[in-house]
Amino acid sequence: METAEIIEKINHFMVEEFEVELGTITPQANLRETLQLDSLDYIDLVVVIESNFGFKVKAEDFTGIITFQDFYNYVIAKVGKQ
Amino acid sequence: MGIYSCIGKNMEEVRDALFQGKSGIILDPERKAFGYRSGLTGLVERPLLKGILDRRARVMLPEQGEFAYMATVEALKNAGIDDDYLDSHEIGIIYGNDSSAKPVMEAIDIIRDKKDTLLVGSGSVFQTMNSTVTMNLSTIFRFKGINYTLSAACASGSHAIGTGYHFIKTGLQDMIVCGGAQEVNIYSMGNFDALSAFSIRESAPATASRPFDRDRDGLVPSGGAATLVLESLESALKRGATILGEIIGYGFSSNGGHISNPTVDGPVRAINMSIKESGLMAKEIDYINAHATSTPVGDAKEAKAIDAVFGEARTPVSSTKSMTGHECWMSGASEIIYSMIMMKDGFIAPNINFENPDEDSAKLNIISKTLEKNIDVFLSNSFGFGGTNSSLIIRKGIK
Repeated sequence: METAEIIEKINHFMVEEFEVELGTITPQANLRETLQLDSLDYIDLVVVIESNFGFKVKAEDFTGIITFQDFYNYVIAKVGKQ
Repeated sequence: MGIYSCIGKNMEEVRDALFQGKSGIILDPERKAFGYRSGLTGLVERPLLKGILDRRARVMLPEQGEFAYMATVEALKNAGIDDDYLDSHEIGIIYGNDSSAKPVMEAIDIIRDKKDTLLVGSGSVFQTMNSTVTMNLSTIFRFKGINYTLSAACASGSHAIGTGYHFIKTGLQDMIVCGGAQEVNIYSMGNFDALSAFSIRESAPATASRPFDRDRDGLVPSGGAATLVLESLESALKRGATILGEIIGYGFSSNGGHISNPTVDGPVRAINMSIKESGLMAKEIDYINAHATSTPVGDAKEAKAIDAVFGEARTPVSSTKSMTGHECWMSGASEIIYSMIMMKDGFIAPNINFENPDEDSAKLNIISKTLEKNIDVFLSNSFGFGGTNSSLIIRKGIK
């Protein structure tokens, strides 16, 4: 899967599942604040990643993810290893 | 009051359906394909709540929770309860619900398939619990008083109202949202279907639910949700609320016998207890909304019980389940609303499909065509598995 395709897919499910405006999603935007994630939302984020990309996220993996760019990089790396 | 059912998605639609004797029963091919003996069911569409409730609230709501949300929005609006009132008063909630099969089935399927509980998502646990309706509605509407679900099989909704009435009567609460909710998905009724309790009159769905009729062959499962706002007289007068009715009797009993076979004695004791509390004589009750579900044995036992108490009074009786099917956990609450509509508009909704009486129903005054009649007081019966019985008596509100 191409990088651009991965980013587009991520942005699409962020808009659909977490109901944020596409315009608020920028590479440097804070993921947690933009999506207004609470502890329960992280569980749903794991579910949508699994259903869209086929790998399971561990809770500790989120530790280093601050921005959308961090999130893109994380998913791109994981998809690349598959 | 607010209602979301197979005969209408609001009070006005339901009023018209009741007056017209309209059935909400269909044959669902999906049930047949799934392995049901009977594919008959009440048809209740899920409301579209995207754009109305935020994502977090929607993720937590199972089907019957969505029905209950719709009914409660309407009930609070009709009762004149706005956001300011919700935030500044201690309002309680006691709601009848006794299953949440679909979210349970879906979660187990995911865990079996993925071998990972995490993938059921955040909403699953809140959707699967029996208390799902009250935990969700109390969150959405910010209720701050008593908050729990009451599970008593097909008498859940009625006992919820009776219990709410006691909380208000004893002065513990001024206002409680009461009701009942019932899911209608294919997972919810498979094990009930296994008991051969459902009608198999699939060639004519609208005639399948025929309480008290000689040729009845079983109940038709149905669902939705019904919400009532119970309030102390003092509170209602203080805020200038329209008082639609007054609960004057709540009777309850347990058969103390078989888990599914009904009795005559248990219902008689519940009915008599409610009448005693009301301070009325049986003949002063203008209408009986029977529990009668259209099962051969259940209807016969209730007919005997009604005859034993009301006998010579020949009190008009109808079972609105002839139109709605059996709304199970919801029915005790919805049938109070159906009866309240009749009391307000001066008619008795028909027991449709009542064509020929049997030995027991011949002793009752069963109303099979819409009858325009003033009702000042009515009684509503609800019975459930395990032999739980509930009877409520309501008098027309103070003008």
